[in-house]
Amino acid sequence: MDFNDTPSEASFRKEVREWLQRNVPTKDELKGLTEIQQCKLWQRRKSDAGWACIRWPEKYGGRNASAIEQVIWQQEESKYDLPLGIFDIGIGMAAPTLMHWGTDQQRQKHLPQLASGEHIWCQLFSEPIAGSDLAGIRSRAIQEGDVWVVNGQKIWTSGAHYSDFGIIVVRTDPTVPKHEGLTYFFVDMKSLGIDVKPIKQISGSSNFNEVFFQNVKIPDANRLGAVGQGWKVSITTLMNERAALGTGDGGVAFKNVFELASQLMIEDRPAIDDSQVRSALANWYCQESGLRYTGYRALTALSRGETPGPEHSISKLVGASKIQDMASFALDLLEMAGSLSTSEQARYFDTFLNSPGFRVAGGTDEIMLNILAERVLGLPQEVRIDKGIPFNEVPTSS
Amino acid sequence: MNFEFSKEQDLLREQARAFLTQHCPTTVVRKILEGNDPFDRDLWRKIAELGWQATVIPEEYGGLGLTYYELAVIAEELGRALAPTPFSSSVYLASELLLRDGSPGQRERWLPKLANGETIGTLAFVEDLGRSTPRNIQTIARNGKISGRKIAVTDGDVADFVIVLVMSDKGNGTSLYCVESKEFSYEIVDSIDPTRSHATLEFNRAYGELIGTDGYGWETMNAVFDRAAILIAWEQVGGTESTLAQATEYAKSRYAFGRPIGSFQAIKYKLANMYVKHTLARSNCYYGTWTLAGGHADLPLAAATCRVSAIQAYYYATKENIQTHGGMGFTWEFDCQLYYRRAKLLALNLGSEHWWQDRLITAHEQRNKVA
Repeated sequence: MDFNDTPSEASFRKEVREWLQRNVPTKDELKGLTEIQQCKLWQRRKSDAGWACIRWPEKYGGRNASAIEQVIWQQEESKYDLPLGIFDIGIGMAAPTLMHWGTDQQRQKHLPQLASGEHIWCQLFSEPIAGSDLAGIRSRAIQEGDVWVVNGQKIWTSGAHYSDFGIIVVRTDPTVPKHEGLTYFFVDMKSLGIDVKPIKQISGSSNFNEVFFQNVKIPDANRLGAVGQGWKVSITTLMNERAALGTGDGGVAFKNVFELASQLMIEDRPAIDDSQVRSALANWYCQESGLRYTGYRALTALSRGETPGPEHSISKLVGASKIQDMASFALDLLEMAGSLSTSEQARYFDTFLNSPGFRVAGGTDEIMLNILAERVLGLPQEVRIDKGIPFNEVPTSS
Repeated sequence: MNFEFSKEQDLLREQARAFLTQHCPTTVVRKILEGNDPFDRDLWRKIAELGWQATVIPEEYGGLGLTYYELAVIAEELGRALAPTPFSSSVYLASELLLRDGSPGQRERWLPKLANGETIGTLAFVEDLGRSTPRNIQTIARNGKISGRKIAVTDGDVADFVIVLVMSDKGNGTSLYCVESKEFSYEIVDSIDPTRSHATLEFNRAYGELIGTDGYGWETMNAVFDRAAILIAWEQVGGTESTLAQATEYAKSRYAFGRPIGSFQAIKYKLANMYVKHTLARSNCYYGTWTLAGGHADLPLAAATCRVSAIQAYYYATKENIQTHGGMGFTWEFDCQLYYRRAKLLALNLGSEHWWQDRLITAHEQRNKVA
């Protein structure tokens, strides 16, 4: 066990640092650009210099880096306030699925464009009727020669309005049990018959959408895995989703609340001197630190050739509630002023309104707990009414 | 960077687990719970033969000169097995204090015997209900003679010597003295976990020998607490995992409403939450052990992080284990009580969760000042 860099890791870190110092975009460069343009500028710059998706094989735009080098890169990159968000789904979820299930041709065509930031991808999984019960989706695809014709509706699709491609799971056979009748594709978001409608969230902004499909044609060449194997392919995506979602701090980290508590006063003393404040902060520190080192341990497992398992659900499960609770706590420290959106501490206000979504997106807290209980602890599944019966005979609410 | 134990350390873990499975099943723990012996002398002798007490003691003092990674591995297994021995008092506290602050003479005198298990040492600092501070210590040392009373001394009845925190008119006002058992009287007291013995000690002009710098006993003791907190956290993590295994096994085999209770989400969530808390505590212990092994400046912060998360994980697991077992969990017969008792003892015996939360934030404030 050694939390320090080996000599070769240290020299890699030095190289990363030096490159970042020279190449991180300046405020002037980013001025006047939309968030998407900013993200694309940074991704392209990394890609041109061979610093995009560094763990990927070179032929797909990476540099064959190790898992540890990937972490070193992330540690160094995260020291800067960089525009990154829009590629999470494409690079973090779609790409690993393509890597695992795609044909050579599919990978060669799409991975380099993901790495360079040329294409943005979104995820079309949930439906109004099927969220936690994802395998209960109803969007229907019928094969007509070389294409599949899709009808139905997807929902909670982040970034659908600016994405070039989407990964999608649809029902190709409703006469078999639900998990067996699904097939996984990727779809050109500019296809005829796709209609994207933004959904306004609690915070007032609209980051996700409803996506309607009316006779949308998807070429069979865009299929990942066999017909009827869609559920298994989706699991690859979801495992990577939890790994990707778990790592962010959602705008509020321990250090933010610690600093706030050090600056604000309770009565005539800094809030940080209050024993309740200290207890609460200590608990969050323990969680944040526990998650960090759990991630590091997973990394060592990864670098020994083990695949990421359901234990990634921990970081999403613990991280989401932690962010929500810290934001709420920070607003309390601000007292009455915490209720104002004009407050200088808008970070906490925004996170308070956005964080409920973290506990739902990518699998709810409750689904995460089920995953841990069933797949890690080996507890038996809940009795399921729909088990083993054809999907079109499953009782539904509508 | 490498965030796992080495192959050799994992091998030691397997050996330790196999040994304790054979020599320390819960029937052995129950013998101490229900009998009059203060600890399992046979087990103590056997682990001494394996050299566990000697793990980090340098070879020049008869130790094995291994690292804190090996000691962490052993601590986890002792915790998992609920071993009824004075290991924590003698190894994490007394030996650590002498290693860190003992004079060459004191080290030569005590460490070889601590290493081979012939001698047991412990620490005595508590005097009253509530939190101990350097200001509420009443025990005094005058011309090397100690007078006063210490309560809640773990293994105080079986220790060959005890390191006592006393008031001093030097430095910051407290000092540590090493006092041999023939110099004090003791009274055994029932504790929340009778598999670990406790005593009240009376010192009446007892001869003692100063350890470390006169007037800085509190600081010395707390530096050792940081080290011990990490090792005890490993015992807590081992106990938590054992508790989780017990709860999981029961939830799979116990049927209600025609199905295993582990298929109900109400039970699943409890057990999944145990797993989460256990994993976070364990991961914190990895980092803590690295700071301990390498003498990293982050040690106090990492120690408090280990301790707070391990206290919380063990308490949660043991109370919800009883809940999962229902009425059976509440009986003397079932082993749930053994873990529940041990979890609380370990949560108290280096100072409470609340105190360590405070230490964590203090350590963080100090780190920021340095940075």
